[in-house]
Amino acid sequence: MASIARTEQLGVGRWATRFTRPDALTGYGLISPAVFLMLVLLAYPFMLAVYISLSDRILGEPGKFILFGNFLKLFQDTFFRQTVWNSFIYTITTVSLKLTLGLILALLLNQDFSHRNLVRGALLLPWIVPTSLSVLTWLWMFDSLFSVINYIFMGLGIFSKKIPWLGDPFWAMVSVIIVNTWRGLPFFAVSILAGLMAIPRELYEAAETDGAGELRQFWHITLPLLQPVIAVVVLFSTIWTFADFQIVYILTHGGPLNATQIFATMAYDVALVAGRIGEGAAISLFLFPALLVVIILMLRYLRRD
Amino acid sequence: MNRKRLRIIKRIFGLYLPLAAFLFFALFPFYWMLISSFKSNPELYDLKAERLWIKSPTLEQFKELFRKTEILHWLFNSFFVSFLTSLISLTLGIMAGYALARLKFPGAEAFGLATFITYLVPTTLIFIPLAGVVQSLGLTNTIWALVATYPTFLIPFCTWMLIAYFKSIPKDMEECAMIDGCSRIGAIIRIVLPMAIPGIIFSGMFGFTLSWNEFVYALTFVSDTTHKTMSVAVPTELIRGDAYFWGELMAASLLGSVPVALLYSFFMDYFVSGLTAGALKG
Repeated sequence: MASIARTEQLGVGRWATRFTRPDALTGYGLISPAVFLMLVLLAYPFMLAVYISLSDRILGEPGKFILFGNFLKLFQDTFFRQTVWNSFIYTITTVSLKLTLGLILALLLNQDFSHRNLVRGALLLPWIVPTSLSVLTWLWMFDSLFSVINYIFMGLGIFSKKIPWLGDPFWAMVSVIIVNTWRGLPFFAVSILAGLMAIPRELYEAAETDGAGELRQFWHITLPLLQPVIAVVVLFSTIWTFADFQIVYILTHGGPLNATQIFATMAYDVALVAGRIGEGAAISLFLFPALLVVIILMLRYLRRD
Repeated sequence: MNRKRLRIIKRIFGLYLPLAAFLFFALFPFYWMLISSFKSNPELYDLKAERLWIKSPTLEQFKELFRKTEILHWLFNSFFVSFLTSLISLTLGIMAGYALARLKFPGAEAFGLATFITYLVPTTLIFIPLAGVVQSLGLTNTIWALVATYPTFLIPFCTWMLIAYFKSIPKDMEECAMIDGCSRIGAIIRIVLPMAIPGIIFSGMFGFTLSWNEFVYALTFVSDTTHKTMSVAVPTELIRGDAYFWGELMAASLLGSVPVALLYSFFMDYFVSGLTAGALKG
């Protein structure tokens, strides 16, 4: 009996010393400021978001607990259903556009030409410059009367009449998709380019001696080896686009007729403009399942490597 | 001869033309921003004029901007918030990144995972309750609201980038220094940090850019004109109702874009290598 108790004590002691070894103490000391900030300003607000979404809180009043009332109300709201639909259209279209164009651009940038670094730098600009400010320029370019895009394309004879960029539900969605693609394309191109540069040249040389043409080399060497980079980039971009705010807020404010309203802009309108905080928090929380899916896929992917 | 011509044609259609199209798409908005901000109002709104060029360049829009608005405040606020938050986040990120890259302790792996996950959390998921937290801390309508909240997305980013950099530095050198009587902290400051400079510069710079460009928190937590940062002030203060002063808007957008574009052109090599390293390491 006594010996068992002693070994147990020893076990607990050894277990405890793992936390108090000098390395461990230094480690906890070094991470504690970051952990503290994250708990107060990220974890706590997230739990608060769940709590608020279950209440009918409005601006200035705490409100009462209504369980899933907000969510049930939202499911029946045609505006909200359109927001869900818009968010999916917006995300799926822009991510596929950014991936396709990004892959093409990366393949172009991987070739040898003069001033290559300058060109790469210039192409990154849309991603570096404050989005809210560059989107203002797009707003001016889409202006109903002075649109320079219409001016150029009508001058070239490509459009026969003015396109009502932000004034028409269909074209407004096209506009926000164009601008999101413009802003996000550099991230795809540069990341995929990094992946391309990491592929050993010998593979292509070997394929060439075996008589494989360029198309087959692309299909059997380039694409499979790019797969990890592409997966990571697509997952990042999916969650960023799904939760996007600025482009829609500045270009269309969700309109016309709710045609470009997405989760974040609707949450902002409902919670901070209309003052229905509980309902707004519930709309924001719809981003969470998407985030969860991205996290799970990303972790599964990173584990496998 | 024929073969050479074929190669030139292939080069034109397979490289130069598509590349030119991409460059046009990426850069035209900046060109438009630039020329719009140096035009006078009559020229800006003249539908019959040649619109892709400036007839008589003028500084009128900039003068109006400095005379009528609080743009100096906004620029200062952007600099102040971005500098301070990237410095704070870099310091805490170096500490946490080093601990996760080098030290073995229970919970290290879980914390590393949590860092990565918080890096993915979009600001739009929590901005509504965070507004309440900011209010109860008494920070609403001050730039301190931004100084407090920006590190929540900067620290995970800095930590995640720096873990990879610290791991690529050989352990032996620190261990030698520690055998020679250097403390752990001394070894970090004298050996590890100097070797991680490219990673530190990239993280700090990118952190600065992320802060400078942030929109959602700045829009939600600050509504006083003099406390706004550029990214929010320009679209909210210069558009009043249905009145758009495009010349001033473009001039202000230019002033808000130039600092990050400059910063990035000076450190571009760090930037591209950091970005590609990040992309590869995921």
